[in-house]
Amino acid sequence: MKDGPGFSDMSRRSSEPLLRLDDTQLSPLLIDGATARRGAAKPLLPQAQANQYPLDDSRVLALPTPQTPEEEEILVRSFLSGLEKLFSRENNWTFLQPLLLTMEHCARCQTCSDACHIFEASGGAEIYRPTYRSEILRRLYFEHVKGGGLLSRWQHGSVDLNWPMVARLAELAYRCNLCRRCAQACPIGVDNGLVAHEIRKLFSQEMGIAPKELHASGSMLQLKAGSSTGMPPAVVKDNVQFIDEEMAEKAGLPVETPWDVEGADILLVHNAGEILAWPENPGAFGIILNQAGVSWTMSSDLAGYDSVNYGLWYDDAQFARVAVRHAEAARKLKVKKIVIGECGHAHKSLLVIADRLLTGDLNIPRESFLTVLRDIVASGRLELDPSRNAFPVTLHDPCNMVRLMGIVEPQREILRAICPQFREMHPHGVDNYCCGGGSGFAIMSGNTFPDWRSQISGRKKLQQILDVFSDCLDPAQPKYVCAPCSNCKGQIRDLLAYHDVWKANRIQYGGLVELVVNAMADVKPGFIEWEWH
Amino acid sequence: MTTLLYLSICAAGITFVAASAARAVRYARSPLHLRWELYPVPHEEPQRVAHGGSYFEGSEWWTAPRHFNLAGELRVMIPEMLFLEALRKSNRALWYRSFPFHFGLYLLAGSAGLLLLAAFAVVLGGGLPGGPFGSVLRWLAATTGIVGLVLSFCGACALLQRRLSEPSLRSYTTVGDIFNLAFFVAVLGLIGVGYAVRPDGSPGALVIATGLLSWDSTLHVPGALAAGLFAGAALTAYIPLTHMSHFVGKYFTYHAVRWDDTPLAADPRMTAKLAEYLTYRPTWSAAHIRTNESGTWADVVSSNPGEAHR
Ligand code: SF4
Ligand code: SF4
Repeated sequence: MKDGPGFSDMSRRSSEPLLRLDDTQLSPLLIDGATARRGAAKPLLPQAQANQYPLDDSRVLALPTPQTPEEEEILVRSFLSGLEKLFSRENNWTFLQPLLLTMEHCARCQTCSDACHIFEASGGAEIYRPTYRSEILRRLYFEHVKGGGLLSRWQHGSVDLNWPMVARLAELAYRCNLCRRCAQACPIGVDNGLVAHEIRKLFSQEMGIAPKELHASGSMLQLKAGSSTGMPPAVVKDNVQFIDEEMAEKAGLPVETPWDVEGADILLVHNAGEILAWPENPGAFGIILNQAGVSWTMSSDLAGYDSVNYGLWYDDAQFARVAVRHAEAARKLKVKKIVIGECGHAHKSLLVIADRLLTGDLNIPRESFLTVLRDIVASGRLELDPSRNAFPVTLHDPCNMVRLMGIVEPQREILRAICPQFREMHPHGVDNYCCGGGSGFAIMSGNTFPDWRSQISGRKKLQQILDVFSDCLDPAQPKYVCAPCSNCKGQIRDLLAYHDVWKANRIQYGGLVELVVNAMADVKPGFIEWEWH
Repeated sequence: MTTLLYLSICAAGITFVAASAARAVRYARSPLHLRWELYPVPHEEPQRVAHGGSYFEGSEWWTAPRHFNLAGELRVMIPEMLFLEALRKSNRALWYRSFPFHFGLYLLAGSAGLLLLAAFAVVLGGGLPGGPFGSVLRWLAATTGIVGLVLSFCGACALLQRRLSEPSLRSYTTVGDIFNLAFFVAVLGLIGVGYAVRPDGSPGALVIATGLLSWDSTLHVPGALAAGLFAGAALTAYIPLTHMSHFVGKYFTYHAVRWDDTPLAADPRMTAKLAEYLTYRPTWSAAHIRTNESGTWADVVSSNPGEAHR
């Protein structure tokens, strides 16, 4: 462990970041067990100028820049008012119980630190330790919510609350993937991921501070236009029709996406980003569902064609609003069930977290595409030829589906059936590591943040990918990382490109349905193209 | 002085139970939260527990009957409570210190229970039953007491040593943390020394327990041992007032958060609670929430801040 900033440094009135990362600090990135530190040479750019009190070399928030002590005071008071609301039943019934438990029972033993890929990748940078931000919130809680006093400070410690502290804490809430691997390791059940989530909520719900990718061009755009991509219904239908035509030609099979079919068995909801960035994914869904004779539809209702719910990461009100609109789209069409496509956070949002918000006839049955696909593959309704997938394949486990939902085996059953060279990363399943794009990071691209997530939050995942293919890193052998989640896929794409892994080692990435279609005997060979996209 | 000692022990016991119960009630009464579970969930079907799977792995999971695998939960809970299994798995170096400390305290609590049992027999029946039962009881109380004292004392010293020497704990350690561990070391040490050096003929543990039950104020407890017992009583009352009450918190973090996977449809009482929560009036100040001043959560959810721009 390096001597890192203490809590008092967070309150420092300095425009120097608390942390400057350089190559020599990061955990080594080993290729073939020998070539160390490939790709670690790109320096993170200093980004101190626009933010008065920077945390590190990156920045995701456009924070206010108060000019006078009075303006600072108003912001600090606003923060304190949000802090109190975080611990009130009326304002935060949604997460009050787990938050109280986490605030009041940490033994400060640091068992959780080793579980965090961000802390590890940074070479043990103190500000990225899972407990660093929790301990700050905990001290503020005992001091300002529970009444404080000498005895409390003696028992719980204290921190100086001023605007620099508030500003840095806001950024720090966005240096955690909310993967909750640390919570899984905590013997007491304290949840540092939850703390980051709750701090984000405080800033958004009280002070209106959130990354623009999640709020203004995320959940707000979704509630306004119908999708965080900005695609209104007419455009999404056009785009999907174009995809259908392209896929029909590519696969040599008719593909047609049904829209707004009342009473269909399945309402399929994709992450709409797939339609723009990876059209072969919704295309593959169309091919599979049509060939398997499934009764399905898509919805052109507000939010009904975009499963994303960014509120999950930063704002309960936005979360609930989007979840209700998803359910309303399904209710209107009287479908039997909603099936979520390849998007991890959409799975957790609608199947798990929203469950206790969707009462009455809004509580429509909701299922993962993974179980639907597993059943189709197992039923023999598709003629599958695994030899078409005769290349090394590994599986990335999206935290939302696996550690946070317990969907572990269906995807493996499918891969074992169609990929003869399937191999597991270590660790995997519920013990997996986040891709580094979790909690919205994959879609955040301001300032030097893409560097940060390729260098720091994604570093462990890249090492896992390199390790699992260590016997076949030769570029003559194409390899495939299956990431059945849109955000994970985006992050893995960025990781492979940033570190030149596609060029040097021909490690490709993609979804799960593409592998299934690639193995379909009725489909023209070569559905998966070994070209970078 | 002996009466004061008895009073302290009783007050400590009552404080411990009442403060722990108050804490538990406070958590139990906090509102039902949105689901936030973490897998593996051990009460899942046995074939799923092995890989951390959930009922979401089944097709049309809402149609399948829900089974509660109690054996699965016990298989995790018992080793966790007794042997701190999660810590052993995640942090072996700390476990070597923390396990003897906690297990020693369990043994001490067990020893106290056995002593009270024996004291009851003495008070009610005029003496400890003779024969093997009495001897086994006496032997068990003494062994668990001595082993417990040694283990917890060594564990507390080792934990204190780690806290003072481990750099990664430095900024996280408060004066209170040091005090708490030092308090344990002092109390356990004092009781151990006080017991070992007590003069011949002075009362032992069983006699003191019997004296407590029969409120025998003529009993003379030697000074050092009495000091240890006073301090022990203070420590017992102090524990549930601090984060050391994690034995209470842990029940909720596991059962009410990590393992709470009950779907809404499976528990009609949840719907009633949610209906109540939706009538709460949040006071969050951000513009996108306050689309309709002083609305309820139901109003907030049904409003659309994007609509104004459509
Ligand atoms: S969160 Fe858990 S593991 Fe981490 S320091 Fe606190 S008690 Fe220890
Ligand atoms: S939730 Fe994940 S990223 Fe955040 S502190 Fe814990 S382990 Fe690290």
